[in-house]
Amino acid sequence: MFLKYAVGAGTALAISIVGVTGPALAKVEGDTITLGSALSFTGKYATNGIHTQRGYDFAVDRINSTGGVKVGGKSYKLTVKYYDDESTPARGAQLAERLIQQDGVDFMLGPYSSGMTKAIAPVSEKFGVPMIEAEGASRSLFTQGYKYLFAVLSTTDLYLPGSVHFAADQKKSIGKSPSDTKVAMAFEGDPFSMDIRAGLVDLIKEYGMKIIIDDQLPADLSDMSTTLTKVKALKPDILIVSGHSKGAATAARQIDEMKINVPIIAMTHCESAKVHEKFPNASTGFLCPTQWVPDIDKKDPMFGTAAQWNADFIKAYPEYSSVPYQSAQASAAVYVWKEAFEAANSFDKDTVRDAIAGVEMETFYGDVKFGPDGNNIAKPMFLRQIGADGSYNLVGSFADLAYPRNVKY
Amino acid sequence: MLDNLQLLFVWAPIINLQVILDGIFVGAVFALSAYGLALVWGVMNIKNLAQGDFVIMGGYLALSLHYLGIPLPLILIIVVALMFVFGWGIYILIIRRIIDQDMFVSLLATFGLSLLLQQVLNLFYGPEVQTIDMKMGAYDAFDYMVSIPYSKVLSLILAAIITICVVIFMKRSRMGQAIRATAQDPRAARVLGIDTDRVYAFTFAFNAALCGAAGVLVSIIWVIQPFYGITYSVRSFAIVTAAGLGNLPGVISAAFGIGLFEKYTGMILGTAYEVAAPVAILLIVLIIRQISMKRNRQPVR
Repeated sequence: MFLKYAVGAGTALAISIVGVTGPALAKVEGDTITLGSALSFTGKYATNGIHTQRGYDFAVDRINSTGGVKVGGKSYKLTVKYYDDESTPARGAQLAERLIQQDGVDFMLGPYSSGMTKAIAPVSEKFGVPMIEAEGASRSLFTQGYKYLFAVLSTTDLYLPGSVHFAADQKKSIGKSPSDTKVAMAFEGDPFSMDIRAGLVDLIKEYGMKIIIDDQLPADLSDMSTTLTKVKALKPDILIVSGHSKGAATAARQIDEMKINVPIIAMTHCESAKVHEKFPNASTGFLCPTQWVPDIDKKDPMFGTAAQWNADFIKAYPEYSSVPYQSAQASAAVYVWKEAFEAANSFDKDTVRDAIAGVEMETFYGDVKFGPDGNNIAKPMFLRQIGADGSYNLVGSFADLAYPRNVKY
Repeated sequence: MLDNLQLLFVWAPIINLQVILDGIFVGAVFALSAYGLALVWGVMNIKNLAQGDFVIMGGYLALSLHYLGIPLPLILIIVVALMFVFGWGIYILIIRRIIDQDMFVSLLATFGLSLLLQQVLNLFYGPEVQTIDMKMGAYDAFDYMVSIPYSKVLSLILAAIITICVVIFMKRSRMGQAIRATAQDPRAARVLGIDTDRVYAFTFAFNAALCGAAGVLVSIIWVIQPFYGITYSVRSFAIVTAAGLGNLPGVISAAFGIGLFEKYTGMILGTAYEVAAPVAILLIVLIIRQISMKRNRQPVR
């Protein structure tokens, strides 16, 4: 009985402490604006979580060292309060609530991955806290009617359609109809990959192409040889695979082992799975979508050109030989915050929210302009093809494509 | 699905050969970890939920040794030795304390161990999938319709050698006989002068070593990731449930059976269902057993 009361009293005390300390750590204190983010520093998303954090930090440092954010004639510095969400959606949602309620954060940066963003967005939405995210591409994030969620990156439905267009162009180039194309697809069953698939199926139907293999891959994928056996037997014109880095690694390994000879192979996450290093032979000719490449012709007054951002980032983090796009888009998100604050000229959450919605700018990462759903509608996706030497080459049209895949087993 | 059936039996029956071979290759790996589970389950009544994580741990040890440039046969021996020591340590730390407790304690304790292993492996090796690429190539038959990677053939041969060693060991050696005696009746074994605590420790360590060997094979034929252990645990449980405890020929044939069943399910229904296949078998076996048979524990042969 005593214990029960003790626990009750303890809880009450804890709540009152939270109540007292909460507002004390407000979002804008003195000359500092605090952005909040729950990111994955441990667990399965840790690698990309750290890429994201570095992108955020790099942009924060640059903005602070070049005069900060000017609101109401005063210059403010940016800082980011991070929590480790342990790559667990439930933990992410808790931490978002903690950032908003206890730490008094009014402006959020996104977590890593669509799944985590899905967990956190309802929380920021509930409290009317605007969030600019850079790492959640799932189309389904932007069909929920969220008002406070903005994404600088392109959504999943734009990832791989290019490869299907190439397959159609190839048929046209030899005087056949695109509807003769045979498509093989293998997608993991998670929301991200299913979104990519949904974006493709419509296009494939539009062309009237035939889907001859449509396999779903399990989450703990260590073997997809049955799918590839079918590919061998049915000889499709294009093979499309998506299942995060593990899907790319498994696919590349077994494509190599089973000597799969499909003329066009498109897959997501080639870079993060490092297929060009681990399976240099088999990965020749893979088409890989990317949000950003350092060789695009975009620039802004803060970071300079895309190539300059890339060089400066490597200077700050010399351990990168090639910079993952996750870091670039994270930097872009912080930059959008600066623009939005300055456009709003206020720290009122709703005024700032409306300012973000109105942002229209060119950045080193590409153009940023948010559609009514909050996704960036101004930036295209890019497709790159892996060369025999392991290089990634931008492919703009079928004419640039090395067709068929130039691979000898 | 109909397309896939047609493909298998009408358009290109030759790919049945590929599916059967793949089933055999994977069945050989499953047999090792499943026999380990059957041993600890039969001898000391421990249902080891960390079975799959032992496999993955073996895989990662092999990966580390591979990066040091050690040749495969030596890697196998070192990993087996390391996992044996590791298993013995885990026995002293955890298993000894739960051996006489009821089933839920052993499930909870080994589940905890499984989570711990996953996170430790994730901490050390990161969450990306990894693999040992033996760069051995493949043998192609029937106009490239069937390809047999030499790494898989090698893993089949290694698995067969290990299995033969295990059979001889269990039949001939003093410790093997003591293990079988303890499985039959621990009290009688104690009366006859067998140190059952030592037998238990040895059995658990032996299981870890078998899992380690399976892990080495998994890392050369498939890919490993810290959180993939659960699929191997599920397969081991399905195989042991189907085969019965301590029944080595049963375990081997059930392992090949599940390997084939998995591959055919994957072929006909899609790769996603491959992982579901052993669970389906587990259910079917349990239902049939429930209806028709009384549970009886079999001696270790």
